[in-house]
Amino acid sequence: MRLPEPDDTTALAAYVDASAALLGLRLDPDLRPGVIEHLAFLGRAMALVDAFPLPEEVQPGPVFEP
Amino acid sequence: VSLGGADAATVADAVRRRTTTARAVVADALARIEKRDAELNCFTAVLADRALAEAGRVDRVVAAGGDPGPLAGVPFAVKNLFDVAGLVTLAGSIINRDRPPAARDAWAVRALARAGAVLVGALNMDEYAYGFTTVNSHYGPTHNPHDRARMAGGSSGGSAAAVAAGLVPVCLGSDTNGSIRVPASFCGVFGLKPTYGRLSRAGVALFSPSLDHVGPLARSVRDLACAFDALQGHDPDDPVSSARAPEPVSPQLAAGAAGLRVAVADGHFAAAAEPEALAAVADVAGALGARRRVSLPEVARARAAASLITASDGATLHLADLRSRPRDFDPRTRDRFLAGALVPAAAYVQAQRFRRWFRDRVRDVFRDTDVVITPTVPFVAPLLDQEHARIDGTDIPVRSHIGVFTQPFSFIGLPALSAPVVRPGRLPLGVQLVGAPYREAEILRVAATLEAAGLLAAPIAPASAS
Repeated sequence: MRLPEPDDTTALAAYVDASAALLGLRLDPDLRPGVIEHLAFLGRAMALVDAFPLPEEVQPGPVFEP
Repeated sequence: VSLGGADAATVADAVRRRTTTARAVVADALARIEKRDAELNCFTAVLADRALAEAGRVDRVVAAGGDPGPLAGVPFAVKNLFDVAGLVTLAGSIINRDRPPAARDAWAVRALARAGAVLVGALNMDEYAYGFTTVNSHYGPTHNPHDRARMAGGSSGGSAAAVAAGLVPVCLGSDTNGSIRVPASFCGVFGLKPTYGRLSRAGVALFSPSLDHVGPLARSVRDLACAFDALQGHDPDDPVSSARAPEPVSPQLAAGAAGLRVAVADGHFAAAAEPEALAAVADVAGALGARRRVSLPEVARARAAASLITASDGATLHLADLRSRPRDFDPRTRDRFLAGALVPAAAYVQAQRFRRWFRDRVRDVFRDTDVVITPTVPFVAPLLDQEHARIDGTDIPVRSHIGVFTQPFSFIGLPALSAPVVRPGRLPLGVQLVGAPYREAEILRVAATLEAAGLLAAPIAPASAS
């Protein structure tokens, strides 16, 4: 699940372009740097959460009443 | 009788005892808004005709010997993400202007009206609630009534500033990572984020449904309690609405803080803040005789997980507009929404799993503690265009640091309120009181005790200050 290292901007930019295309998001050239910068921030958040070992039984437990 | 500076309880009492009328009270509020809002920019809509008509109905109930409710004739206003019949629900955006007007009021608006309160308008916010500043590129910034050069905080900035300036005694806001508590602290008013699921969000434009709460802001603890009581109740139209029966807190305020186990949070909550924010906590703890300290584990990770959930949830809600008209978003939110859309699903689910883990650890803390005190924010309201703050000799980006103490508790849905400490001649600062799930009464009892002892107060910001 790991994104490219946030400081590897080339890899991150490639991920941004590919995943935006997959979602049908058009990123105009002037918007792209800001999106990469914020995804780098979120990538650091992902790395922090991901590095923490969670036992399998810890599940979100969403409430859904049929 | 002039009730210009009165709290909601005083107003409602005067209306019920017929020493004034709801129409006079509401006309007074409309005149204050007319006079002062041009320089503060709290309101995005003022509903004079509707408000005067509703006030007239309240007066007719009183004249007929009936009781319009505990908020009889009290003017209130709502963040413009609450549906108001006949108004387009902007949620701080221009994109939503293309939507039809709301068919009816949000559940929370109807609940306050049932208690006799009178809606007078809708209030400014960060676009789609994604921000802590209420510096909105489309509608302009809301100014802090205590110093117009400073931000009101956000995203419920219009709500906090309108209460701080005495335009109305009560407002509604919403809080996902701190959006009620942060502006309450910066503007020097009380703001309550109740337990997740406790108050219905039906008819509210959501930001991050996993984390969104609604709640009141006011200038006294009794007003906050009264509004909270009026807002309680199960609502099947909000999928996370709790089925618990309402538990009125107003009758419990007199019980005071006696018997409650109060502790100060250390570690994360005692660092990376201006000394005055930590001093406010120490003063309040001292007055309560609270010497015990508690530690919460992995707070930085909790913040990271909350940020991931917020970004993903928020982007998903706005995905169609992000695809078709990204340039119509506020530049202050657009990059974050676009980036949020690209967060991998595995990271999102992992963040939700971590939320469960963190909830369980903090539950352990509350086994022998009733109320935890922290600063609400690390510093007083920054200047409107301030990018950095210097704390402990380190440059810190203001916007990403504002929610450092509020975000961990909304993440796991605990009730938390920001209470303004008395600081004559200085800018407002709040302390945060956090309780166990569904124990709003306990944090409000502590706040009421501190207010009665003169440590907390929300004086109206004088017009000369702005």
